[in-house]
Amino acid sequence: MSAEPIVLHGRKVVGGVAEGEALVTKETISGWGGINPMLGTVTETRHELCGQSFKDKILVFPGAKGSSGWSAMFHIARLAGAAPKALLFNEMTTKVALGAVVMRAPSITEFDRDPLEIIETGDWVKVDADRGIVEVRKAAPPTAS
Amino acid sequence: MKLNGEEQAMLDGVGGKARQKAMELLVRYGEALGAERLVATDNIAGVPGSSNPFLQKFYQPRGGGYQAIFSYFDLDSDELVEVPPAAAHTCHLQGGYDPENWQTLGASPEAFKISQESEAFIAGRGVEILKTCTPYLAGNVPKKGDHCAWMESSAVVYCNSVLGARTNTEGRESTSAAMLTGKIPDWGFHRDANRLGSHLIEVDIEIESIMDWGMLGYFVGAAVQERIPVLKGRFANADLVRHKHFGAAAASSGGVEMYHIAGITPEAPSVEAAFGPRRPVEVIRYGAAERRRVYEDLNSKATDPNVDFVMLGCPHYSLDQIRDAARMLDGKRVSENCKLWVFTSRAVKAKAEAEGLPKRLRDAGAVLLTDTCSSISQAVPPGTKVAALDSAKQTHYLPAIMGIQAWFGSTQDCINAAVTGRFTGVSP
Repeated sequence: MSAEPIVLHGRKVVGGVAEGEALVTKETISGWGGINPMLGTVTETRHELCGQSFKDKILVFPGAKGSSGWSAMFHIARLAGAAPKALLFNEMTTKVALGAVVMRAPSITEFDRDPLEIIETGDWVKVDADRGIVEVRKAAPPTAS
Repeated sequence: MKLNGEEQAMLDGVGGKARQKAMELLVRYGEALGAERLVATDNIAGVPGSSNPFLQKFYQPRGGGYQAIFSYFDLDSDELVEVPPAAAHTCHLQGGYDPENWQTLGASPEAFKISQESEAFIAGRGVEILKTCTPYLAGNVPKKGDHCAWMESSAVVYCNSVLGARTNTEGRESTSAAMLTGKIPDWGFHRDANRLGSHLIEVDIEIESIMDWGMLGYFVGAAVQERIPVLKGRFANADLVRHKHFGAAAASSGGVEMYHIAGITPEAPSVEAAFGPRRPVEVIRYGAAERRRVYEDLNSKATDPNVDFVMLGCPHYSLDQIRDAARMLDGKRVSENCKLWVFTSRAVKAKAEAEGLPKRLRDAGAVLLTDTCSSISQAVPPGTKVAALDSAKQTHYLPAIMGIQAWFGSTQDCINAAVTGRFTGVSP
């Protein structure tokens, strides 16, 4: 376990703080027709995360694609308790911006280093969106704290 | 975000609670985008107040009904507000159920009632009930340069690319907020510099049929993702329907919101003009081999040639396309093992009725439906296992949404499949 976290800096999209396990994909994500908002799973058959859950994860992804139903689908995921805890992404679009706003999920973009190169699925990530700071620990979290 | 006096007044509550909540949402959204200001819009296409059993049930403890859904969901407000009339021209896109054929679509009486009630609620606020993904075929045709706030990725790409009007891919919440304020963040496609091309697509083969255009769109979307392609090639018959299928496909495999075709689309008198001062970040070639790979990709989820459902009308069919389908079906009959559904808007259906087209389709065992599609309503005939589709977009979505197989082919391939019960399309 690394003692010192890796720190990334970016721009606040939606404020707030969160921490949790990272789920990382290098593929953009569809909202409507691409996820099951009740379960918080990716359903797009061609997607590398197909079948996996983003519920309560720190979702690290390039950005949003597809239908304009993106925000409404992730909005419903929030109501169903199946939304990610935070969003870290590279490509700003109206879909992901509005989705982050209505999910009320702490979100950051415009990083000094590419989060897709640094964060891996399973890493423990602390997001302080108000200050635009992400701390990454390349191992499981301490068992008791 | 810098707000002008009118916008600040709305935020301060001068225009009432609902407009205040709408403005708060637009400010949160604009700040998330990094926008500096809002822009006035008088052309909004959204799905205000539309509902489903989940939302109905979810908001029941907080008063329920359409005021509650609009307040808490559309405006993401924590307070219940009284929803005033639209402040800007607003139309309702696809959704709900065909009022004449809701039972065919498998809607429960409860779901149909919800659809009717939400329509009445929003019509009462001055929203035009177009109920289509193709508002530009149903009377909403913005002119070049108009600032719009549209949802529906296939309509957005048409609006920017073919009409030269300006919209980002808005969502339900932002369009509902725009409906009450006549404002939307001044970001992305509203600004000149963001409408220039990024990738050059050199098309080496003749692009002619609607199917050709759909496959090219599917290729381009996957290749450029959410960037702006500039197409160069021979496009003799780039009509409305072909743009509709191209854009819908490019917005599904990627996130294309605008494209240029040199010499054809309004902001691309030439390849050079489409790029402005920029250079293409990449030059991508599309030839026979690429077309074959797209066809194979679209058909990769289907193995059983026995087709029990054919769906046409994604995006909603134009009058010409309904005429073509009726002509292909004349003197034929849909197989008893198969169903054929054709989707369009209410406005186009009215025109089709004047020509007797719905009856011709009915006589052949097909049905003309409005308001929605199989993906939107998650509606296929009971027991459907294998579909045939003439839309790359619908082929992208329907198998994932319904857990079925789907073949992609030409309209004629699909009509043949409906008549014989077997898909026999081949790679071009």
